[in-house]
Amino acid sequence: MSTTNHGDYYIPEPSKWPIVGTIALTTAVIGAVTSIHGGSINWVLPVGMLLIVYLFYGWFGAVIDESMANNYNEQVDRSFRIGMLWFIFSEVMFFAAFFGALFYARMIAVPWLGGAGNNAMTNELLWPGFEAAWPLLSNPDNSLFTAPKEAMHALGLPAINTALLLASSVTITIAHHALRAGHRKPLKIWLGATIILGIVFLFLQVEEYMIAYREMGLTLSSGVYGSTFFLLTGFHGFHVTMGATMLLIIFIRVLKGHFTPEKHFAFEAVAWYWHFVDVVWLGLYIFVYWL
Amino acid sequence: MSAVIEEHHEEHHDHKPTGIGRWLFSTNHKDIGTMYLCFSFLMLFIGGAMALVIRAELFQPGLQFVEPEFFNQMTTLHGLIMVFGVIMPAFVGLANWMVPMMIGAPDMALPRMNNWSFWLLPGAFGILIASLVMSIMGMGSAPNFGWTFYAPLSTKYGPASTDFFIFSVHMMGISSIMGAINIIATIMNLRAPGMTYMKMPIFVWTWFITAYLLIAVMPVLAGAVTMMLTDRNFGTSFFDAAGGGDPVMFQHIFWFFGHPEVYIMILPAFGVISQIIPTFARKKIFGYSSMVYATSSIAFLSFIVWAHHMFTTGMPVTAELFFMYATMLIAVPTGVKVFNWVSTMWKGSMTFETPMLFAVAFIIMFTIGGFTGLMLAIAPADFQYHDTYFVVAHFHYVLVNGALYSIFAAVYFWLPKWTGNMYDEKLGKLHFWVSTISVNLLFFPMHFVGLAGMPRRIPDYNMQFAEFNQWATVGAFIFGFSQLILLYNIVKTVRGRRTVKATDQVWEGADGLEWTLPSPAPFHSFTTPPTVK
Ligand code: HEM
Ligand SMILES: [Cu+2]
Repeated sequence: MSTTNHGDYYIPEPSKWPIVGTIALTTAVIGAVTSIHGGSINWVLPVGMLLIVYLFYGWFGAVIDESMANNYNEQVDRSFRIGMLWFIFSEVMFFAAFFGALFYARMIAVPWLGGAGNNAMTNELLWPGFEAAWPLLSNPDNSLFTAPKEAMHALGLPAINTALLLASSVTITIAHHALRAGHRKPLKIWLGATIILGIVFLFLQVEEYMIAYREMGLTLSSGVYGSTFFLLTGFHGFHVTMGATMLLIIFIRVLKGHFTPEKHFAFEAVAWYWHFVDVVWLGLYIFVYWL
Repeated sequence: MSAVIEEHHEEHHDHKPTGIGRWLFSTNHKDIGTMYLCFSFLMLFIGGAMALVIRAELFQPGLQFVEPEFFNQMTTLHGLIMVFGVIMPAFVGLANWMVPMMIGAPDMALPRMNNWSFWLLPGAFGILIASLVMSIMGMGSAPNFGWTFYAPLSTKYGPASTDFFIFSVHMMGISSIMGAINIIATIMNLRAPGMTYMKMPIFVWTWFITAYLLIAVMPVLAGAVTMMLTDRNFGTSFFDAAGGGDPVMFQHIFWFFGHPEVYIMILPAFGVISQIIPTFARKKIFGYSSMVYATSSIAFLSFIVWAHHMFTTGMPVTAELFFMYATMLIAVPTGVKVFNWVSTMWKGSMTFETPMLFAVAFIIMFTIGGFTGLMLAIAPADFQYHDTYFVVAHFHYVLVNGALYSIFAAVYFWLPKWTGNMYDEKLGKLHFWVSTISVNLLFFPMHFVGLAGMPRRIPDYNMQFAEFNQWATVGAFIFGFSQLILLYNIVKTVRGRRTVKATDQVWEGADGLEWTLPSPAPFHSFTTPPTVK
């Protein structure tokens, strides 16, 4: 029976980080809105962003120090695991909102505008002549929202990206096995490979956006097809960026020898996160690009 | 297991950090709980003042005090503040105080995150209220589209402050999600040995389930406001039919969050009532496990009824029917709960101290709100009632006479444990009777004017509704000012000069780990885990 279970509780000392976090977020938010309204980025936004970076650096730094000092018992470890898992679940629900919007637009809003079901009069009175289609290459009102010239294809870049992300899920698993077996060299190689795959993915995604904007006329403002496409892939890309950053941090920690075959929660948490990002991509690939 | 416990030597001295740092940097569940509760109380007075502006304007038909534009800002901010700034933080505050004590833990599982959850709220509401201050100073309008911020009112026609509102909602969401994760981690991980899930107090159970609801729907709300943000500023057309989107889609996404949200505000209330009724009936709760299952099924069903808020948007008939029947189904587990509370009281040896008075009043008035909910759930009937004062009456019966009453009950119930002093029972009873009479004077007539067709959210109305509205306004002012009695009573109890000391058990019929701790409870609740048999 484990004796650390209930014997000693661990409660952290008072900490300034939550207050720093509030100040950082509030500043960033005020900066974001005033920048949007002003039409260009003002000084408040970068200050807020820097504060957020400082927050993450300082708070996670403090936690890493405590962890390295062996302050944490099994119970704390379990709390972290539970916290991370449910955090990922909340992220799933965030994406669910955008997938929901995609399905609703595609299966309900657009067909109804085209007169499906008992909506003949909707079509007749609002935009007669609008024909429902998906991808939406002609909007109900093309003077307000310029429709894209063509839709995304499933083959080409997105297919390569799918392969990259799937491969990265495999490499991080191999790295994890290496870590558990205490093989440091393969650990570094496979973790490094995961990071590279993530970064290449991001590059290709930027490439795809540039093609969309320059050649296909597919933009944020090209109707609900563009809206759902860019918000879904955009938030996914943002999560890949966060994931890649976290991977980089645990890579540095691996180099510093922070993890042992038994104790490496941070590694596992990042791996879970990476798998989550991967699964979201599969959903994207199927429903945004392919079907 | 016992070997482990004996190994632990008494080493904790109750040293508290001092000064402002105690609050700013806190990692203590009691201090953070206190901050949540104080914040919520402050917001209650701010949101309440707005309600009084609304009621003053509605005292007579015609326009007397405020412009329609300002009236709209009042209804919007009143709703937002009461939902996100009063009811939710109050329940999180209660959870912070009570969950660790009830399950035999020293603190919350993630204490630093706990503090961040709290401190995000002053930031979020600071931004929101600043937009009202600016509006009063003549610089633009505060949010004015109702607490449900339907598109296109909030997208195409929203004032500039809408973007501040959007980020403020984001911050509230982050706060709620972190708070919920913390509660889940605490309950899953920090229960004392022997405290199996089916031995947990009902309050802990209801919060456990509420926390899952929060994690599931707050991110959806974040998604909704994000789409609003891009629709307003970056040219997307989620809620604009000209680009193939749909304003009704906003309502779907909002209510997918919104309906579970109303259960987020009532499940912890169920939990509070389930603690208080057995205590003052001096009996065990009737049907413990059915309470747990009923709560779980309410939570599950709350995800599939959202469109009962949208019966008049022209959904296909099959959808109308589905959402109508699913909504009515919720009445079954809700009925189970009411039945269990009544059965707990049946043949109990009851006394009616202030918490019990509020709890019994909760059961009666919440049931009225449940019945009006059922009336609204009947789609063809709702075609008439929708957007009338009948809806306003319904949700105020469940939220004010329900959720807020349970919070009052909880404060009276646990205040002696928190402070070590008994509150003034006479003042408590006075608060109860003045509040209960005035709150019914305030909200009951709204049923009648609603059924007669008075629309909600309009500053003017037809002559025929005048008398009932005058009653309501009189009730509103009495109810509003009677909360000062509560404030005075709390301050008096906390200062403890002319009060009676509370015993550890506080109430004769009280049962549970929290009552084994001294009153006031020590800074760190259980440093050695108690064993539960
Ligand atoms: C027996 C259970 C309940 C049923 C069947 C029910 C049903 C309904 C229906 C059908 C509506 C929409 C009315 C309309 O807009 O035409 C409604 C509105 C509302 N309900 Fe309930 N309800 C129930 C319990 C609750 C509870 C427990 C709460 C909160 C604690 C609540 C809070 C609300 C709110 C806030 C609204 C109005 C939202 C708005 O339009 O501003 N309800 N309810
Ligand atoms: Cu509802």
